[in-house]
Amino acid sequence: MSDVPQTIADASDRSNSLFDMAVRHRAILASVFLLMFPLIMPFKALAANILIYGLYALGFNLLFGFLGLLSFGHAALFGTGAYFCGIAIVHFGLPWYVAILIGTLGGAGMAAIIGVLAVRTRGIYFAMVTMALAQCVYYLFYQAEGWTGGENGLRGINVRVIDIFGLKFDFLDPLTRYYVIAAFVILALFVLSRILASPFGAVIEAVRENEARARASGYNVMLTRLLTFILSGAFCGLAGALAALHLSIVPIEMLHYETSGMVVMMALLGGMGTFFGPFVGAAVFMLLENLVSLWTVHWQLIVGAVFVACVLFFPAGIWGTILRRIHK
Amino acid sequence: MAGLSLDLIAVQLFAGLALGAIYVLFAIGLSLIFGMLTVVNFAHGAFFMVGAYVGLFVLMMGGNFWLALVVVPLVVGVIGLIVERFLVRPLYGRGIDYPLLLTFGLSYIMVELIRIAFGTTGYPFDTPELLQGAVDIGIGYFPLYRLFVLGAAAVVLLVLWLFLEKTSYGLIIRAGARDPQIVRVLGVDVSRVWLVVFGVGTGIAGLAGVLAAPLQGVIPEMGSTILAEAFVVTVVGGMGSIGGAVIAGLLVGVVVSMTSLFAPEMAKVSIFALMAIVLLVRPQGFFGRAGLMS
Amino acid sequence: MTKKTRGSKFITRRRLLTTVGTGAMLAASPFRINVVKADEPTIKVGFPVPLTGPYGTEAQDQVRAAQVAIAEFNDAGGLNGRKAELLVRDDKLNPGEAATRALELIEKDKVSFIVGSLSASVQLAVNNVTKERKIIYNSISQSDEINEAKDFSRYTFHEALNPHLTAGAVGRYAFPKFGKKVAFLTADYAYGHEMVRGFQEAGKAFGIETVIDVRHPLGTSDFSTLLPRIQALKPDILCISNFGRDQQISLKQATDFGLKKSMKIVAPILLYTGRLAAGAQAFDGVIGGTSYYWGIEDKVASAKAFNDRFRKMHDGKVPSDYGAMGYAGVKVVLEGAKAAGSLDSEKVIPAIEALKYDYYKGPEYYRKCDHQAVQSVLIIESKSKPEKGPADVFNVISTDEPSEANLRTCAELGFKS
Repeated sequence: MSDVPQTIADASDRSNSLFDMAVRHRAILASVFLLMFPLIMPFKALAANILIYGLYALGFNLLFGFLGLLSFGHAALFGTGAYFCGIAIVHFGLPWYVAILIGTLGGAGMAAIIGVLAVRTRGIYFAMVTMALAQCVYYLFYQAEGWTGGENGLRGINVRVIDIFGLKFDFLDPLTRYYVIAAFVILALFVLSRILASPFGAVIEAVRENEARARASGYNVMLTRLLTFILSGAFCGLAGALAALHLSIVPIEMLHYETSGMVVMMALLGGMGTFFGPFVGAAVFMLLENLVSLWTVHWQLIVGAVFVACVLFFPAGIWGTILRRIHK
Repeated sequence: MAGLSLDLIAVQLFAGLALGAIYVLFAIGLSLIFGMLTVVNFAHGAFFMVGAYVGLFVLMMGGNFWLALVVVPLVVGVIGLIVERFLVRPLYGRGIDYPLLLTFGLSYIMVELIRIAFGTTGYPFDTPELLQGAVDIGIGYFPLYRLFVLGAAAVVLLVLWLFLEKTSYGLIIRAGARDPQIVRVLGVDVSRVWLVVFGVGTGIAGLAGVLAAPLQGVIPEMGSTILAEAFVVTVVGGMGSIGGAVIAGLLVGVVVSMTSLFAPEMAKVSIFALMAIVLLVRPQGFFGRAGLMS
Repeated sequence: MTKKTRGSKFITRRRLLTTVGTGAMLAASPFRINVVKADEPTIKVGFPVPLTGPYGTEAQDQVRAAQVAIAEFNDAGGLNGRKAELLVRDDKLNPGEAATRALELIEKDKVSFIVGSLSASVQLAVNNVTKERKIIYNSISQSDEINEAKDFSRYTFHEALNPHLTAGAVGRYAFPKFGKKVAFLTADYAYGHEMVRGFQEAGKAFGIETVIDVRHPLGTSDFSTLLPRIQALKPDILCISNFGRDQQISLKQATDFGLKKSMKIVAPILLYTGRLAAGAQAFDGVIGGTSYYWGIEDKVASAKAFNDRFRKMHDGKVPSDYGAMGYAGVKVVLEGAKAAGSLDSEKVIPAIEALKYDYYKGPEYYRKCDHQAVQSVLIIESKSKPEKGPADVFNVISTDEPSEANLRTCAELGFKS
């Protein structure tokens, strides 16, 4: 998969100054786009969902695309973020911003636990260990009915007003809700962009490209993996927390392995080695599902066919293919 | 623990082994393709389901169960050949992610096509007359059909083993799995070998589907549960090891059975807990080659 | 199942899709079934149901039945000439998707009412969205929790039966007849636990003894490791409290293990569609409850009328149990609007609370405290083989008459009087 346009470093080698500038200011450009986004979507709740799953996919891709570890257990991180945020509000009556923080930390904490056990393994075994551990997490939350609502899901995450420095926003208003969520996603985009551009980002890449060389150069490979996993967990936890606030419920399905599988598909569909690819993948996946399911009950046929076509004809993913075209 | 007797534990153990044999049957096609081609076939469950529906179709056309047992592996195997030739083959050498994504998409397509052809409702699939009823196995009653499936699983394994170990074609397959380049240098058309392996693997998946139909009926979603179980068996046994899959399957069956006795609500998660423990202690599974696909 | 039934299913499916297709051309949204008149905004009823997934068949029947209710309302002149339209959405049996769809229906489509769902978790998710936005929601799928003060709101209505009522009715019928030693095989989630509680509450009066309660994970496809234990305990009655495919597989495998020879198997709910999918053999002799079975039309006039209208609109097919609730669920909110002469939730709520109706199965009304539809439960037994055509699958052997006494009390649900 080394043929995929990887990162800024890659891109800036080429001589395309406009493109360079776009890459350098990618987070700003993305922010502007996200502010316009709800206007072009079929409905605002879907736009917000795309943001949330886009962030989930970005967090996943930090591990998969940038470090090269395929996890089949990311639903555990996404779901833990959602449940921790929801439980903070429903059972402890904490304010929404504290709940978001708790959700984010919850995702990171769960990632630390799974990561400590799993980072020793590699390749398909890493995928299987993370899946198995995520199933155990699913079971724990399923059984803790008093806290999580079990199979019925957690309800009552009802935040009506968002107050920021004395300003009050009506969280039931669809557009306001979208922009509140977008603010957090944009913040996360900036942070992620910074991380990848930092020395730590370079270490991540070094480990992916050649583990032995990275180790020989004195980097602690296991620690790098664990830290990346935890960071990935924080982003996914934040996405989960936002999902809980957006829908005012946390369904147990968020922890299901299909949710883990979905994010892999989103990342691959969009282009896993690229910064925005997973986001694009999430958007295309959800839009496709939404539009086609309005049109026919056999929407899965179309979605499946698009996947197969993408794998065969656009192996770099949608965004990866677009980037390549621009380069030419 | 009301009513816990030695007899019951013996029955439970037997039921676990019988269930384990069914798991082996579910998993063996996946394991074969996994081990020989390093393709993670996410459509394995869909091939299983299609097998059950082809069997149903044979019955609807006036055929019987025994005819279905012959027709199903052939039809599903041919579908597998087509899939390998036109969809999977272009992806060899691109890592494990792409075949995985492709077969995932393919499973959507297969399930939906079946829904279009047969509807969303399930269909009953009666146990063949000859195999109905329960028989006394000395420690209690056990359905005759389950004993039949046990035997069928053994036959499938035996034939597969003979094919892989005792035929010259099997030798090429095993050599191809170890080092395709050398085999190619020796003048063997490796792509044809892979084609055959994929066909055999999916054919067995289809056979497992039609054998499962009298146990649980037929429904388009029936493949998704067994996919997870088959994965666990394959991974615990060690990818690429048929013998490992057999032992892992039986072990998973017994674990499920014993959990069912003492904490039935944990029966489903127990197999994942088992997988997590095995992988953490021995990352390549029981009989897997270390470093494969890492 | 014979080839003939298969054929008829194909035709109806195709027809459903054709309706859908025509709708798409007419209104750019596939499930709008009425041509919108230019100057008169229609009354929009949102209808999220799991069109795809394992309950697709039941959901499509819910849509068919709801269409009957819409057509009736419009043929009768609507609300002062304003017609109703049904906005069907696929909730994919996923609470997250259902909540998103509910938001779409409320925020974008501006529906007046939402009716629908086919699982407890989905209805609780939709309910959480609708109650915050003061939109009336009528749930047509079973749950005990939606009645409880924690989830309930005045905008919440529950046209479906609830597990407590259904299991209680079956228990009241079965315990005095078949014996006191009772074993349970229960799907391990709220719905299953609620069913067991319903059985045990009803069983107190008959002095039943619970010999074992085996809880199996949701979505179990093999019961072979759970059944020998139950068999060894030799209970008089085995209550299988699960749903859908779990029910079909557990009944099939219990039959294979020969359990029916030594004990009576009862289920809180026997699904019409489930029986068709699993076959006569697996369900043979099993006793259970249901909200509706088309066969009561010989005795109940409203059932006859409803069945006939349904047959006329849908190729002579008969409505299923869950389908019929789609009819009643939509009809209730529309009749409520008519009685109130308004679409304002605050005016429609008292109008629905005041309804005493017999739309399809005999008399019903909503209890004041939890808006639970007080209604009859039919006790049915599955036939060995259909006698009058493939739809003839159950015998109605008893009717548990509507009574608030069979529901949990308002105080038990957490309502302060």
